[in-house]
Amino acid sequence: MKIHEFQGKEVLRKHGVPTLRGAAAHTVDGAVAAAQSIGGTVWVVKSQVHAGGRGKGRFIGDVDDAALDLAAAGHDAPGKGGVRVVKSMDDVRLAAKAMLGQRLVTKQTGREGAMVHKVFVEEGCQISKEFYLAILLDRAAGRVVVMASKEGGTEIEEVAAHRPEAIVKEWADPLTGLGSWQARNLAFGLGLSGKAVGNFVKLAQALYRAFLAADCAMLEINPLILTADEQVLPLDAKITFDDNALFRHPEYEAYADPAEEDPQETEAARHELSYVKLDGNIGCLVNGAGLAMATMDIIKFYGEEPANFLDVGGGANKEKVTAAFKIITADPAVKGILVNIFGGIMKCDVIAEGVLAAVLETGLKVPLVVRLEGTNVELGKKIIAESGLRVIAADSMSDAAEKIVAAVRGA
Amino acid sequence: MAILVDKNTRLLVQGITGAAGGFHASQCRAYGTNVVAGVTPGKGGTFFEGVVPIFDTVQQAVDATGVNASMIFVPPPFAADAILEAADAGVKLVVPITEGIPVRDMLPIRAFLDARGVRMIGPNCPGIITPGQCKIGIMPGHIHKPGRIGVVSRSGTLTYEAVGQLSRLGLGQSTAIGIGGDAIIGTKHIDVLKLFQADPETDAIIMIGEIGGSAEEEACAWAKDNCTKPIVGFIAGATAPPGRRMGHAGAIISGGQGTAEAKFEAMVAAGIHIVRSPAEMGRKLAEVIGHRG
Repeated sequence: MKIHEFQGKEVLRKHGVPTLRGAAAHTVDGAVAAAQSIGGTVWVVKSQVHAGGRGKGRFIGDVDDAALDLAAAGHDAPGKGGVRVVKSMDDVRLAAKAMLGQRLVTKQTGREGAMVHKVFVEEGCQISKEFYLAILLDRAAGRVVVMASKEGGTEIEEVAAHRPEAIVKEWADPLTGLGSWQARNLAFGLGLSGKAVGNFVKLAQALYRAFLAADCAMLEINPLILTADEQVLPLDAKITFDDNALFRHPEYEAYADPAEEDPQETEAARHELSYVKLDGNIGCLVNGAGLAMATMDIIKFYGEEPANFLDVGGGANKEKVTAAFKIITADPAVKGILVNIFGGIMKCDVIAEGVLAAVLETGLKVPLVVRLEGTNVELGKKIIAESGLRVIAADSMSDAAEKIVAAVRGA
Repeated sequence: MAILVDKNTRLLVQGITGAAGGFHASQCRAYGTNVVAGVTPGKGGTFFEGVVPIFDTVQQAVDATGVNASMIFVPPPFAADAILEAADAGVKLVVPITEGIPVRDMLPIRAFLDARGVRMIGPNCPGIITPGQCKIGIMPGHIHKPGRIGVVSRSGTLTYEAVGQLSRLGLGQSTAIGIGGDAIIGTKHIDVLKLFQADPETDAIIMIGEIGGSAEEEACAWAKDNCTKPIVGFIAGATAPPGRRMGHAGAIISGGQGTAEAKFEAMVAAGIHIVRSPAEMGRKLAEVIGHRG
């Protein structure tokens, strides 16, 4: 689960990480009021979308197509970005007005951009240096790794590809946490000295504790700043939560932003289906994540592209299968459907009934290939065969893939 | 004797009175697995299906019945605790089937298990089966056939797919293991390859990987110099876009790492016979070992 920057900072503050003062607003007047309540003479107005690269992002309608293409590629483009430093209330107003209700195109949103529904107004500060810091799970080590780089503001993937030596890492032992010596190693690795070292150690350890307490999957601070008075602060905060831990945090429900989610993916989540929309034209309904990926791959192997990843899970019932079928058919790009089930716990006859129920309810406007294998396979095949519907039966994965590809091309 | 489980396995089921735990305990018994005990705190003193004694704690079950493996069906919020309890009671093989355990709960487990010499398969896995002898997990027993091919995969149904293809060609399995789709798992591809290489009853191996992480690359690097048995390999997720999680918590391409292409390349470099179509795993293996169905 992804959240916005202003929500991420709220989570950090709750767990004892110092942040700059700021407030979110969904109207222009609200943004001005936020700036007034913060006080001071310099503010930063930031578009709140889940995508990164907002500073270099450009707004649709504000700049021409060429500039938007540059922004979508992550390059510098003429015009103003999704994060702006302003020095008067009038400029707070102008910046908020330019952002709210507009689509921001960044390297991570694609050319269509992401709608800005909220802005975050934050106090300005004197930045003397910018760094990068991230906390995440290192799967190979089975430990949490804290990584930092001197190249603040730059995407870590770029640094990793071109200057891997610029990245310093420390692995936290699950029993003892991130040791002060480890945090000092990072601080010296970033070239910090004097009072800044101690301030960095405090912040890094606070961030590590917040990462665990808040059940984060990833915590990325880019940039982490050193101020003119040697304070170390997170200027941005990108947090992704561990979906498996959401049961421990009912308060996170309030952070969900339906505007940032694909409606079909939201509907799928409601039915506890694992669904990811893709760009192809063959819809897939499969049980098990591995087999679902393999089904996508075999469609490609035979020359077409999958329209989605969809895992109905191990213990799906008729209702779940029906819901899954409806989600797939709701995608106008779908020109054919492949159902691939290897019944283990899940019985083939249950799948067959779910598919039939969905077809009867929604109609069948595109070719449907069904491949059943495993528990109660004969019963499942019989139900499909006797239904009188135009379902193409397949005997194996390759047979199924060949048949759906042929059907889509013939249509 | 295949690997890890056989006729001598004495299985405990933690969470045996839950819907899933009960159903699969029953299925495992029907397959012939020696289910000797169940644990559900508060239900000690009762019996499962009238014959399998249920205990309040794992220690009681171990003391009374000589348990040497545990299958765990405890719900996610309590699953990590159940793993620790089994390990602390001296059970040497734990197989948590549970899907959805938070990463934070899994982080401290490795050191705890290592200190007690405990092997874990999973979590979020289909389990392990030595056909004709012992089934621990949720796989459909009837598709398996005793034989000499080892199968290792992260996923459940993709393992069944490989097993189904083999059985259809008349090729039985020594042991088939689904190691689990989570980011933190107890037994990795490399561990299973080592076990199969050392097992005199395994002649050849099917290894199935997925996008994400670097466990497949690590296994390939070892197999290159150490595995003398033929391996057929497939990686799922070549069509998956970067940054999106494909069902399994572990199946995500991030920062250009963990792509299917990189893993296929590592397999080729290790002399593994790859198939680009998941429908060809069984046929390729038959071809490699010169088996005629």
